[in-house]
Amino acid sequence: MSEQTSDSNANIRIVLAKLGLDGHDRGIKIVARILRDAGMEVIYLGLRQTTDSIVAAAEEEDADAIGLSMHNAGHLTLAPAMIEALRVADLDIPLIIGGIVPDMDVETLIGAGVTAVLGPGAPAEEVVEAVTKAVADAS
Amino acid sequence: MSEDNGDDTTDSADEARAEWLVDYESSRLRDIPFETMSGVPLEPMYGDSPYPGQFPYTRGLFPAGYRSRLWTMRMFAGFGTAEDTNARFKELLRNGGTGLSTAFDMPTLMGRDSDSSWALGEVGHCGVAIDTLADMRDLFAGIDLGKVSTSMTINGPAAILMAMYVAVAEESGVGRSGLAGTIQNDILKEYQAQKEYIYPPRPSMRIITDMVKFTTAEMPRWHPVSISGYHIREAGSTAAQELAFTLANGFAYVEAALAAGEDIDEFGRRLSFFFNSHSDFFEEIGKFRAARRIWARWMKERYGAKDKRAMMCRFHTQTAGVSLTAQQPEINIARVATQALAAAIGGTQSLHTDGFDEAMALPTEKAARIALRTQQIVAHETGVAAVADPLGGAPFVEWMTDEMERQAEEVFEHLEALGDGSMLEGVYEAVENGYFVGEIADSAYRFEREVNAGRRIIVGVNAYTEGAEDDAQNLLRIGHETEEYQLKRLATVKQERNDADVADALARVTADANDPNINLMPGLIEAVRALATEEEIVMAMESVFGTYVERAIV
Repeated sequence: MSEQTSDSNANIRIVLAKLGLDGHDRGIKIVARILRDAGMEVIYLGLRQTTDSIVAAAEEEDADAIGLSMHNAGHLTLAPAMIEALRVADLDIPLIIGGIVPDMDVETLIGAGVTAVLGPGAPAEEVVEAVTKAVADAS
Repeated sequence: MSEDNGDDTTDSADEARAEWLVDYESSRLRDIPFETMSGVPLEPMYGDSPYPGQFPYTRGLFPAGYRSRLWTMRMFAGFGTAEDTNARFKELLRNGGTGLSTAFDMPTLMGRDSDSSWALGEVGHCGVAIDTLADMRDLFAGIDLGKVSTSMTINGPAAILMAMYVAVAEESGVGRSGLAGTIQNDILKEYQAQKEYIYPPRPSMRIITDMVKFTTAEMPRWHPVSISGYHIREAGSTAAQELAFTLANGFAYVEAALAAGEDIDEFGRRLSFFFNSHSDFFEEIGKFRAARRIWARWMKERYGAKDKRAMMCRFHTQTAGVSLTAQQPEINIARVATQALAAAIGGTQSLHTDGFDEAMALPTEKAARIALRTQQIVAHETGVAAVADPLGGAPFVEWMTDEMERQAEEVFEHLEALGDGSMLEGVYEAVENGYFVGEIADSAYRFEREVNAGRRIIVGVNAYTEGAEDDAQNLLRIGHETEEYQLKRLATVKQERNDADVADALARVTADANDPNINLMPGLIEAVRALATEEEIVMAMESVFGTYVERAIV
């Protein structure tokens, strides 16, 4: 699953974080390794981050994308809050949401400005491709 | 291992059998025929010494197995407001459930009130929101707390929720000594897996030790710690890691209580465990059997327990939430059934079966009912409850039990070395140096790679797929009205309470926290009675104990 390292991936810097109180970090740690194995620069901020701390890290690390993992059914509140924080900071980079997001909510999130939503069981290639495409489309 | 009986021990083997028979015959049995579906009569157990109910309890804690009493069907429930959950509790009791189990929402689990900025979007989502004693009154309204046993799944702020439970019961006329139940209160696995910690490990252990002391003295039917492997497994560990880390945490609590001068036989018999039942059938059964054997040996041989009850590893089991697939959700019913069967064969004392829709949300009422019915089928139709330890003696099962024990003992050696002979210090050190989180993340990643490479088949995910079939229309949705209701409720309580009483009670909590010789529980009970909020009480202790921040390790 890590064989698709490419030069384009090597230039991608992505900030990963858990926003809010949700402590389910199995998935995001796996995603961090998948993206790292694909050649990306992964900055994992860890648990209990705020929209402000994520914006600050993305600016400081000159990130190309942000990936958040959500498992507590708070995505309809938290994802738009993150979009708003990015807008206020004038930071125009893609936001990708992973975790437990029912299909019926995907459209709402995309409408709110989320670039991609990755559901449970998404294969490694799909995860890498979603990030690569999001970054390519944004630049 | 040491259960082999050579010729020279035949006498003692006969003796063990005679002892078992006496114990069996003095057991009260359920009034049902113990025979197969076709009418073939069954012995209460088959095979050799050690027998069920005998040290080291590999074959079960009780001489008659489930013939005397089935496992408790304890379904975890909680969502929305306290009133919503109260209705679900009553529904479960009407349907033949025999114990209550409470899930709290994320802000409650993290010691935050519903009006905290951290609570945004989380109120009532993954469990019930409890801010003050007023919510706890609603949660248990109309339920006789002297007659049910209640399990509360909360860790960081567990002492505060236990204080609320005591206060609510006493208001309804049930004394604390009459309360039966379990509070999870297992902080060590929070640093390792679930991540719902508040304070650093050492002050957290002081709180837990105070709770152990308090319940030992005043709440004889209460289990003050449920040492939990469930979350370690959900975070991605292997079965052997779940077993090893969980029991190591148990040893750490024992060493902390011993250091505080507690009697091992007094508190040891009120410790209980909570394991995951995953999909690899024989590995799970071996794990459950090994857990009982290891715990009994360590409690007796290393910690000097004399009371048999203090050597018994009693455990609750929940089927593996992480094994449920969002794809083709109905097939999860089959997964849950095999996992429930493994737990029953493994000899669990209580069981929660997951709803088939839980990969995506809390279970709907229908999914929760099917889950309960699933374990009723295992209990009443499969015949598995008629014979104690039905797979005991099978070469593969005995080998698997030994193998689980061997792998766990390797972990114990590592931790002991880290702690210079102390398991407690070894566990602290392994939390601090990232050993636990690193091991779990490695296992999770290895498994994911194998699934991704197609070396492991997960039906509906990487094989036998059917395209998009997420049945999302029927998911349980928690609307904004829960949050609005809860915020209003909290505001009303804050307005109506006596602020001076609250301030006094909180000052006492801080003062108690500052003096390690004072037990925190009486002050906490006073604070919840004064209607101090959960977060206010958390903060009153945080000013002394500080907070824990995990290093982010990938």
